[in-house]
Amino acid sequence: MDFQPTEDQQHLRAGVRDLLAGRYGREALRASVDAAAGGGAGAAAGVDRALWRELGGAGFFALRLPESEGGVGLGLPEAVLVFEEAGRALVPGPLVATHLAAGVVPGAADGTAVVTAFDLDGPLVAHLGDADAVLGAAAVPAGEPVRSVDPLTPLHRVAAAGDVSAYRATGALLTAALQLGSALRTVELAVRYAGEREQFGQPIGAFQAVKHLCARMLVRAEVARTAVYAAAVTGGPGEVAAAKLLADEAAVQGARDCLQVHGGMGFTWEADVHLHLKRAWVRAEQWRTAAQAQELLAEELLAEALLAEELPATA
Amino acid sequence: MDLTYTEEEQDFRARLRGWLAKVLPELPAKPSPDDWPGRRAYDLGWQRRLHEAGYAGLHWPVDAGGRGATPTQHLIFLEETERAGAPYVGANFVGLLHAGPTIAAEGTAEQRARWLPPVLRGDEVWCQGFSEPGAGSDLASLRTRAVRDGDDYVITGSKIWTSHAEVADWCELLVRTRPVGAEVPKHRGISWLAMPMDAPGVTVRPLRTLAGSAEFAEMFLDEVRVPVANRVGAENDGWRVTMVTLSFERGTAFVGEVVACRRTLGELARAAKANGRWDDPVLRRRLGRLYGEFGALWRLTQWNVSEAGRSAGGVPGIGGSVFKLAYSHARQELYDTAAEVLGAASLSLDEEWVLDRLSSLSYTIAAGTSQIQQNIVAERILGLPKGR
Ligand SMILES: Cc1cc2nc3c(=O)[nH]c(=O)nc-3n(C[C@H](O)[C@H](O)[C@H](O)COP(=O)(O)OP(=O)(O)OC[C@H]3O[C@@H](n4cnc5c(N)ncnc54)[C@H](O)[C@@H]3O)c2cc1C
Repeated sequence: MDFQPTEDQQHLRAGVRDLLAGRYGREALRASVDAAAGGGAGAAAGVDRALWRELGGAGFFALRLPESEGGVGLGLPEAVLVFEEAGRALVPGPLVATHLAAGVVPGAADGTAVVTAFDLDGPLVAHLGDADAVLGAAAVPAGEPVRSVDPLTPLHRVAAAGDVSAYRATGALLTAALQLGSALRTVELAVRYAGEREQFGQPIGAFQAVKHLCARMLVRAEVARTAVYAAAVTGGPGEVAAAKLLADEAAVQGARDCLQVHGGMGFTWEADVHLHLKRAWVRAEQWRTAAQAQELLAEELLAEALLAEELPATA
Repeated sequence: MDLTYTEEEQDFRARLRGWLAKVLPELPAKPSPDDWPGRRAYDLGWQRRLHEAGYAGLHWPVDAGGRGATPTQHLIFLEETERAGAPYVGANFVGLLHAGPTIAAEGTAEQRARWLPPVLRGDEVWCQGFSEPGAGSDLASLRTRAVRDGDDYVITGSKIWTSHAEVADWCELLVRTRPVGAEVPKHRGISWLAMPMDAPGVTVRPLRTLAGSAEFAEMFLDEVRVPVANRVGAENDGWRVTMVTLSFERGTAFVGEVVACRRTLGELARAAKANGRWDDPVLRRRLGRLYGEFGALWRLTQWNVSEAGRSAGGVPGIGGSVFKLAYSHARQELYDTAAEVLGAASLSLDEEWVLDRLSSLSYTIAAGTSQIQQNIVAERILGLPKGR
């Protein structure tokens, strides 16, 4: 047992981080936010097709497809590291659904198609307007646009949803990885700001109230990180549910704490913090909500507990 | 990332399981929490059995009398002993989990030979004399003085919150060997000593905890003579040695308890199912959440242990503070949830979990409070400036 990313895995992660820094850095992020804002409050920007194809070319979607089918032939642990980076960079679009569609929907693997999914509870679908296909549906359904809280996640209301249960666990895990990346990024943003901003003649990061906010952000993110990596290795349903639950919390609470550290600046449109928070809210509703994850875990706990009772203590 | 076990490790697990199944039913009944001599005898008895079977000091280096097991084997050991409900380290906590490892890492050959085998054999118990009435979180401001007189230090001062002091043979003691002054900052005049608890001048006065028992004690030191040869590390370099001790205490000492918490959760689930509380979705989800969290904490220990395995000397890294913060909180939450499962029955000390609930209140205080751990994480991991 060696529960650390291998050298190859670390290189993969670093490579993706560099790629995204060059192709979707802060300026690109803000440009897409501005593009959305042009449509008025509540408007949301769609998928950048050129970026989508580049991600496809870099193996983002075909990562787990066998090499014999034109994929990269890697596994969930590698996918999780890659998605962590996408979460850190706040790359918009139905990344998880398109990844899951690789090998199922033509064009998904190389990023020429944008595929979304019925991954939200209720009648909402993200990125429907840009979608060439919807996972779990024969055709792209008609939808009524609704104003989205996240400027980079357009939402539509549809009449009926399809069945995505076959994809739920993997979808939840990869979404957890996105949340993890976002959580780790908000720790960085908070720590950087706390080191720069001065009040009372010293950096605010020297004040314990601020330090402790940052430390708790890191603890939540590190626990989530272990849960996500472990779930990627074992694929156990309970571990996947725990990973989603803990990563959702780390991302949502991390963004809130980051906002608090930024003070008034954190409440502005200019700071990126709200983008992390809003996306974290969207993702927390995707594939598996907190209540669903907790119910699944409770069931597993009870089943294990009842089984343990039947066996002798040391068996 | 690899969570699989080698064939050798699986063999190790199977043999350990077999051994536990054989010896656990032969153990004497657990003594009551107030029966200190009984507790000492019980804990040492268990340690002797471990020693006879070759499981003592599994992860200690071979030249310290240990078995030089891999970090993974150590984890398997902790997992299996906890899962089987084997006795807790108890009175052996300090000796096995931090004083011993510190001597193994920092002591001379003679010191290792003198102090380590009796810990492993279950002959001697250690306690930790770090905290003082005026030096808790600010440990480096300790004032217990040691003045050199020939081959001895003569020690005067007092210690507090010393767990297991009543039954200990030895104390890992921090003393001031150089008065603080303009030239001497407070961290620079401390030494780490092994003090025999039966030395003339040592008085132990038990303190009653909120759980009603005498878990820890005050210790008064009145011109206690301790040979200079009992100093581990250089004179006035004790703060550095202390950091080694604390990283063991925070890094690996609590690992086994995570498994115990998962066992408790299972018992809670059964109890909730039996008394109908399981049908309450709020409570059920809370239990589900804790189950997920303790699963993640167990993975975090694996993560930290495999990181320590890569570091020189196997001294656990700063990740221990991250673990301790998350774990101490989760453990308190566990017993609060237990109280919800029990309802009014949680007001009775006859319920096993109620005493545990009371003890769990110490988890955010002992071995460094959560506030201090947060300072450590913020300053040493995140690099935030030192300050108020
Ligand atoms: C059950 C138990 C067993 C123990 N066993 C031992 C033992 O065997 N040997 C031993 O040496 N010690 C032992 N201790 C002592 C333990 O290490 C100390 O209690 C602990 O380090 C805190 O010190 P204190 O109690 O003096 O609290 P204080 O340092 O007085 O702290 C009081 C409060 O102030 C906060 N605080 C203090 N300084 C700061 C700061 N800089 N920033 C923010 N907040 C701060 C603390 O977080 C805490 O909330 C034990 C304690 C307990 C509860």
